[in-house]
Amino acid sequence: MERPKSKMESLLKLENVTKIFGGGLFNRHRITALENFSMTIDAERPSITALVGESGSGKTTLARLLLGLTRPTTGRVMYMGKDITTLTRRERKDFRRNVQVIFQDPFEVYNPFYKVDHALNLPIRKFKLAQSPEEARDLLENTLRGVGLLPEDTLGRYPHQLSGGQRQRIMVARALLMRPKVIVADEPVSMIDASLRATVLENLRELNRDFGISILYITHDLTTAYEISERIIVLYKGSVAEVGDVESVVQEPEHPYTRLLIRSIPMADPDQKWLGSHTDQDSPFADTLNVAGCKFANRCPHAMTVCVETAPPYFKTATDRATSCYLYEKSPVVDLKDMTRLPDKSPVTS
Amino acid sequence: MSEPVLTIKDLRVSYQTPKGKVRAVDGVSFSLMPSERFGLVGESGSGKTTTALALLRLIKPPGVIESGEVHLAGKNLLSLSEEQMRRVRLAELSMIPQGAMNSLNPVATVNNQIIDGLRDHGVNSPKHVLNERIADLLKRVGLEPSVADMYPHELSGGMKQRVTIAIAISMGPKVIVADEPTSALDVVIQMQVMETLIGLQEELGASLVMIGHDMGLMAQVVSRIGVMYAGKLVEVGTVRDILLSPLHPYTQLLVESLPSMESKLTRTRRPRGIPGITPSLLDLPAGCAFRPRCPKAIEQCSTITPPLEKVRADQWTACHLYGETEKQDGIPAKA
Repeated sequence: MERPKSKMESLLKLENVTKIFGGGLFNRHRITALENFSMTIDAERPSITALVGESGSGKTTLARLLLGLTRPTTGRVMYMGKDITTLTRRERKDFRRNVQVIFQDPFEVYNPFYKVDHALNLPIRKFKLAQSPEEARDLLENTLRGVGLLPEDTLGRYPHQLSGGQRQRIMVARALLMRPKVIVADEPVSMIDASLRATVLENLRELNRDFGISILYITHDLTTAYEISERIIVLYKGSVAEVGDVESVVQEPEHPYTRLLIRSIPMADPDQKWLGSHTDQDSPFADTLNVAGCKFANRCPHAMTVCVETAPPYFKTATDRATSCYLYEKSPVVDLKDMTRLPDKSPVTS
Repeated sequence: MSEPVLTIKDLRVSYQTPKGKVRAVDGVSFSLMPSERFGLVGESGSGKTTTALALLRLIKPPGVIESGEVHLAGKNLLSLSEEQMRRVRLAELSMIPQGAMNSLNPVATVNNQIIDGLRDHGVNSPKHVLNERIADLLKRVGLEPSVADMYPHELSGGMKQRVTIAIAISMGPKVIVADEPTSALDVVIQMQVMETLIGLQEELGASLVMIGHDMGLMAQVVSRIGVMYAGKLVEVGTVRDILLSPLHPYTQLLVESLPSMESKLTRTRRPRGIPGITPSLLDLPAGCAFRPRCPKAIEQCSTITPPLEKVRADQWTACHLYGETEKQDGIPAKA
């Protein structure tokens, strides 16, 4: 396996990425799915980062950009310091191996005509992960056990003979087979039953802890994001509302959008008051459809004139936290790219 | 004390499959008081949606309702003719289907879809009266009157779900069955739609049966919960009892698997998954269906299927662990 030449090289990096769909000179239907987004996933310090947003926040666009499935309108996606559109064949293969993905739907990713073994054997062959059939079998069985599946219960079966949770864990096993450096998990537990979610999340946490794999956990569900991640990035309509260590963002949310999001979650707690708790006032700019400034201004009860006029910069409210909201304008302004990576001990240059 | 508005007795629904008969709902009983909100939770395949469909007699072949009784305001729905049943649907018992995205007719305006339901139930008011009624319905679910002339593709997910609520309440039913009414919506929108639904349900004095797997949502919306596992109710109790003092080992593990927002720095336990897998309905173990996954199983669990019995006031469970307790059989109802 190729290792980065320099320890300073970041594994995956998005630099001021903007993605616009539609458009053209006379087309009014331009949708900015992601705006000026930057983040770094470091190879040397495996982390679990959660990217949380509702539908339309740009979270799936971000996953597709990271995987090279779509190109940014402006900005760059870098792998080991190189723009992924300029990778050589060899580098591309290395990229495909080191950056794995787990998709949302454990029903659609399988070919129903093949046994599940096929989905696991293919990468072993393609990337020559084993020297002999016996070695391949061993690797497979050990990997399945690694995610808590019994090989005798799973191998030799067709996808329809397995439950959604089992299928999703096989996908986790498949990602693990490659011993990648990073796994992009796009809503990996949203389609499986609650009683199995905790198990699959635990699997992902083990990949991070035992194999040093970085995880980018993309979800709409703040509760599972809180459960699994160390850092969290809250997206709203293609922009970062708030970023920071998960404990402080969830326990003391700053951005009015994050506060709304957390308050809206119904918890399995008979003492929570959920219905009728939505007592926020409307935004003073509720009727303004297209806001030039903060995208949340027309829903925000705290919105001020400046919010609708100019998009707020990122204010660094704590060592490891930034919020894009004028309520925190007394804090120093900071660059997003310095906040969407693990806090540094020594500055990373690339 | 008032009488239950809906009583389900020993309901059994089966599907004929090429590999044999599968009993998706196997002896489900519960009852519902006027204006009560009852939740039915369970994993996929546990029979919760089949139960909901059976209440409305909407089970389609190869599924059949084998036996049981569904009493709504004095009539046994399972013995009505198809025409009598059609009149009951919407007017007395209505349904908000799962995934509003796909349950509206894509080529009819909202107006026409609401009118369809009303006309089918003998509402023959002149056009302008109907239009007023529709504007009022839309207003009650928080939509502008102009939505009446729109097609489903012009509406957002939350708006579509509001339209299905407007249809469900259009005839003022006694019982509303809502099958995961907000599972496709973003959490902020879910809260708003749920507030609308509950507000209307209270205003109409209707009862609500809510189907779902989101225990958080259930905890916040209903007052009693029935937990289903492999086609059977394994526990029925108040939200507080189910969450804080569950009796059945499955409910206990389910509650332990729920994510929590309690600070990770101070809490005492982490959510953990339930070991093992849901059994196939084609190949259920003898005795209790949860036995192979149950950490507390005892000898008789592998031979005798435990019946659902009252163990505490307001709390019913189907588990041999409570064999020594003073028990009472019958239909789980609100005390």
